[in-house]
Amino acid sequence: MTELHSQTLTELAIGLESGDFTSVELTQALLDRVAEHNDKLNAFVTITADEALATAARADAARETGSGGVLNGLPIIHKDIFCTRGIRTTCGSKMLENFVSPYDATVVEKLSAAGAVVLGKSNMDEFAMGSSTETSYFGPVRNPWNLDCTPGGSSGGSSAAVAARIAPAATGTDTGGSIRQPASLTGTVGIKPTYGRVSRYGMIAFASSLDQAGVITRSAEDAARLLGVMAGFDARDSTSIDQPVPDYTLSIGDSIKGLRVGIVREHFDAGLDQQTGARVREAIAVLESLGATTVEVSLPNLDLSVPTYYVVAPAECSSNLSRFDGVRFGHRAEDPEDLLDLYCRSRGEGFGDEVKRRIMTGTYVLSAGYYDAYYLKAQQVRRLIADDFKKAFANVDVIAGPTTPSPAFKLGDKVDDPITMYLNDIYTIGANLAGLPAMSVPCGLVDDLPVGLHLVGAHFTEEILLRFAHQYQQQTDFHTACPEAFK
Amino acid sequence: MYYCVPAEKRLVGAAQAARLVFIRTPELPVPLDKDQVHHIAMLARLKLTDEEYAESVEKLSKIVDFIDQLSQAQTDGVVPMAHPLDAAQRLRPDAISEIDERDTYQENAPAVSGGLYLVPKVIE
Repeated sequence: MTELHSQTLTELAIGLESGDFTSVELTQALLDRVAEHNDKLNAFVTITADEALATAARADAARETGSGGVLNGLPIIHKDIFCTRGIRTTCGSKMLENFVSPYDATVVEKLSAAGAVVLGKSNMDEFAMGSSTETSYFGPVRNPWNLDCTPGGSSGGSSAAVAARIAPAATGTDTGGSIRQPASLTGTVGIKPTYGRVSRYGMIAFASSLDQAGVITRSAEDAARLLGVMAGFDARDSTSIDQPVPDYTLSIGDSIKGLRVGIVREHFDAGLDQQTGARVREAIAVLESLGATTVEVSLPNLDLSVPTYYVVAPAECSSNLSRFDGVRFGHRAEDPEDLLDLYCRSRGEGFGDEVKRRIMTGTYVLSAGYYDAYYLKAQQVRRLIADDFKKAFANVDVIAGPTTPSPAFKLGDKVDDPITMYLNDIYTIGANLAGLPAMSVPCGLVDDLPVGLHLVGAHFTEEILLRFAHQYQQQTDFHTACPEAFK
Repeated sequence: MYYCVPAEKRLVGAAQAARLVFIRTPELPVPLDKDQVHHIAMLARLKLTDEEYAESVEKLSKIVDFIDQLSQAQTDGVVPMAHPLDAAQRLRPDAISEIDERDTYQENAPAVSGGLYLVPKVIE
């Protein structure tokens, strides 16, 4: 039998079902992996070994009586942005270092109800603001493919843990690429569904009109399995969409013959590392060999997506993070002189540099006299970008390109220059601005580091994205590659 | 390039907004100065150290310079997009749906007494 940690979620589900091993055995095996490897990676903020083993034992008992859910006994990790009742939720921040949520996020609730076993909470950029996990109060996460490199961010703890075979799957959130970019840089699969597809309830808010939850897994099939459980209407999220959730696993086996793949010429411009571009072109050739046709499409306003994002996201973040006042929860400064001092020092001490920078950027663009020039203007450009996508999807089923401009960069390389860091999300941000589903699929190595194929679809076409990814993975084995030190 | 210049060379509150004027200028960028960053930090209720101020002036200026690219976009008559699916806010019946969980919620509060959140004295 293949070692338990090497198996995908789908393989593990079959193994549990046929009684090859128990959930307690599986959970213990993965907790041993955590103990062995986490010091190197720093992928976890909190490890919940006791709770995991107790849940696993309940899952094994449920299996005996045939009452387990569709994920019964399968171990996962939650990004530490999802509130978990009774287990601290830090969001990678000193501000919430000791915060214990009184309730579960809907995503957590749904996965637990389906029987998932939570191994712990994964490290992340502070309040999901970053593309390298270097803004985490708990220190950076390291990439299992090269420990000197970033695993991406903000969901870097999730991507590193899945790539290192510590867990078969992890939840993530994506505001500008925070699932897809780390998936690309670690050779894992990451999907961000349509805005409103998965509930944001209990997911600590960064930029509410862009935030969306998703998963990082090893295969498209595993992503389909998890997304089906997580998706669906939730009255507690005011922007949740009330549409039926298909069984994503049913259609992934269908052919992509005759489907149209849009190629954006500007995606392959000078900004893209040549070897990364070559891997992506090879991946598109595989899609063609499966019967898909390619069509050139134009997204003329796409070069404005990063500046648009860096107005809209900080504006929303400055509003969302105003809740941290040192009064109701979170860090509180000692011996405040007065109420203003309490606010200013609690926030000054509790937030890290990047978070403060984004709050101030947001405050600036929303402040009197600047609102029209920045915020309103950005919302107009956002419309132009969304309209470009709409026009493109009149002629194609997916848009394919690179997820990131290059493979993983070295930790420390971009930390001093916010703009260079922001530009790492140049190919991913458009999908957030337009609310579109998008995913990253491993498509090869460049200098022994993974790169990803980015697939974007029209609203609510997760089925098509997953089908493309699954069909691609039937022809290629890039998603099965494992970093040598973590085999 | 359009940008606005505050009358007193610093950001102002809503009440003073009327005193702002838009001027057209071909030059870029508009670096922020220390006073402006001070005012932004105050509006955002953030206390920064001297070192953080110096760094913020430099980095925020770069960011503002970067987002100034948006001014090039032709957006006449474009309706601003607030929601990616252009969905309207959903309404629900105005009925109480929450139960009293004050004690649970206050377990996370730094200072409470008798069900009240404690803050420094506001009224003398």
